[in-house]
Amino acid sequence: MMNMLQTPGRTQIAWIKAALFALCLLPALRLALGWQDDALGANPIETITRASGDWTLRFLLITLCVTPLRRITGLNWLLRLRRMLGLFAFAYGCAHLTTYVWLDQFFDWMAIAHDILKRPFITVGFAALVLMTPLALTSNAWSIRRLGGRRWQALHRSVYGIAILGVVHYWWLVKADVREPMLYAFALAWLLILRAWWRELERRRQQSMPPPVPAYKGRVIRIVPTGK
Amino acid sequence: MLIQRPSDILASEITSRALFENRRRFLRDAGLLLAAGALGSAGHRAEAATPAATRLGPLASSPLSTGEEKTSYKAVTTYNNYYEFGTDKSDPAENAGRLVTRPWTVRVEGLAARPRTFDIDELLRLAPLEERIYRLRCVEGWSMVIPWVGFPLASLLKQVEPLGSAKYVEFVTLYDPKVMSRLPVLDWPYTEGLRLDEAMHPLTLLAMGLYGEVLPNQNGAPVRLVVPWKYGFKSAKSIVTIRLTDKQPATAWNKAAKHEYGFYSNVNPQVDHPRWSQATERRIGEFRKRPTLMFNGYAEQVASLYQGMDLRANF
Repeated sequence: MMNMLQTPGRTQIAWIKAALFALCLLPALRLALGWQDDALGANPIETITRASGDWTLRFLLITLCVTPLRRITGLNWLLRLRRMLGLFAFAYGCAHLTTYVWLDQFFDWMAIAHDILKRPFITVGFAALVLMTPLALTSNAWSIRRLGGRRWQALHRSVYGIAILGVVHYWWLVKADVREPMLYAFALAWLLILRAWWRELERRRQQSMPPPVPAYKGRVIRIVPTGK
Repeated sequence: MLIQRPSDILASEITSRALFENRRRFLRDAGLLLAAGALGSAGHRAEAATPAATRLGPLASSPLSTGEEKTSYKAVTTYNNYYEFGTDKSDPAENAGRLVTRPWTVRVEGLAARPRTFDIDELLRLAPLEERIYRLRCVEGWSMVIPWVGFPLASLLKQVEPLGSAKYVEFVTLYDPKVMSRLPVLDWPYTEGLRLDEAMHPLTLLAMGLYGEVLPNQNGAPVRLVVPWKYGFKSAKSIVTIRLTDKQPATAWNKAAKHEYGFYSNVNPQVDHPRWSQATERRIGEFRKRPTLMFNGYAEQVASLYQGMDLRANF
C-alpha cells in the first residue's frame, strides 16, 4: 500500500488521473444542472460568472500547490497531475470569459472593448487569461521538446504573475468586503514566499560549496534532481 | 401626451402570497407526510401557522406606478444587499430573521418645529397607504420592479414642521451588533441622506411593505426609504432616526469610497462607476441587458431638481 502511494504504476496513475478529471468537472456540472433547474438564484448569470471566476483562481492555486506538496511529501508522481490541473484553470478561465462575452454582454463588442480598455479590473483579468493561453498551448510533451526544458520552464514561470493578476482582478471588483480576495491573496503569497525561500536555500547551498573550477566557457547549468 | 395607465389590478389582489405559500406548504407537507408514512416514522411535526395580519391594506393605487412586469416576490426577497446581515446576496434572507422589528420607533428630529418619536403602528396609520410599483436600479448594474407599500416621506416630514434652516435630511438606520454582522465592512450604523427637496418629492416613499404585505426583514423592515431615481443604496433600510439638518450629511458608501459613491448617486447611464459601466443593466429575470434610463426613467418628474447642476461632478 505504502509502496503504491510512493510510486503508483501506470494503470494506477491512469485511474488517479481519470478520477481527478471527473472531480475537476464537478463545479461545471453543478452549474450546468443548476442552470437547467433554475436553481442558480435570482441572477443566474452573475452566479455563473462568479463561480467560473472562483474556480479559475482556485485551480491556479491548486496547480501552484503541486510542487510544494511534492517536495514536502516526496511523492514525485504528483507532478504528473499538474498539467491537468493547470489546463482546468485555463478551461474555467475560458468559461469565465465566455460567460462575460456571451451571457453578460451578449457580444456587445463595443462595450467589451470599452470595458477592457477602461476598467482596470477587467483589463487585468483579460490580461491574465491572454497570458495563460501560451501556457495552455505548450502544455504537451511536444512543446517541451520543441522549446527545450529551460525555455519551457521560463515560459511557464509566468504562471506566478498570472496568479497575481487573477487575485488583483478579484480584489478590484468587490465593492467593500475584501475578505474573500484577501484569502486568495494570502494563499498565493504563501505559495510564492515558499518558493522564494527554497530558492534562497538552494542559492546558499550552492554558495557554500567550493567554487567550481571554470573548465569551460559559457553559462553554468544547474542540474536539479527530478527524483526519477 | 400619452399617459400610460398602469394595470388596474393591484399586485396585492393577485393570489395572496400567504395563500400561495400555504398551498406550497400543504403540498410539501403532504409529500413529507407520505414519505414519513412510507418510512414508518412519526417524526413529522406540523409547522406553526404563519402569523396573521402580515397583509397591509386597503391600498390605494398610484399614478406614479409603472406598468412594467414586476420582479417575482422570490427574487425580491432572496436577492438583497443588506450588508449588516452579510455581503452575499443570499445572506440577508438567511440572517435577517434575527432582526426584531417590534416594538419599533422612528425619531424625527433636528431642525423641526415639532420633533417627535413615532411608533411603527402610528406610522402605519399616519397617511393612506399606497401601492407604488417602482423600478429599482442597483449601483451594481441590476434592476427590479417592486410593488412597494407606503406613503410619501413628505407626509411624515410635514408632521414635524421642518424649519426654514433645514436643507438636508439624514437617515440613520439600526445597528444592533447582537443580531447584525460586526465586520467593519462599512462604518455602522449605515446612514444616508437627501436634500430636503429630494426628500419632499412626491416620488420619495417611506415604505413599510411590498407585494401588499409588511416588509420582510431582509428588505429593510419595518420601515425604509425608497428613492426610485437614485441607486438602490440611497434607499436606507430599517430606519430609526430621521434628522433635519443644515449640512450635507455623511453617507455610508460615500465614507467607504468617496470617489465611487457620491452624495447624489442619481441613476445616470452617462456617468460610469469608476470600475464598471452604468450604461446598461440586467433586469432580474431577464436574459439580455437593457439600457439604463436617465434618473432610472423618472427624469420627467425629477430632472428639474438638478437644473443647472453638473451631474458628472455631482455624481
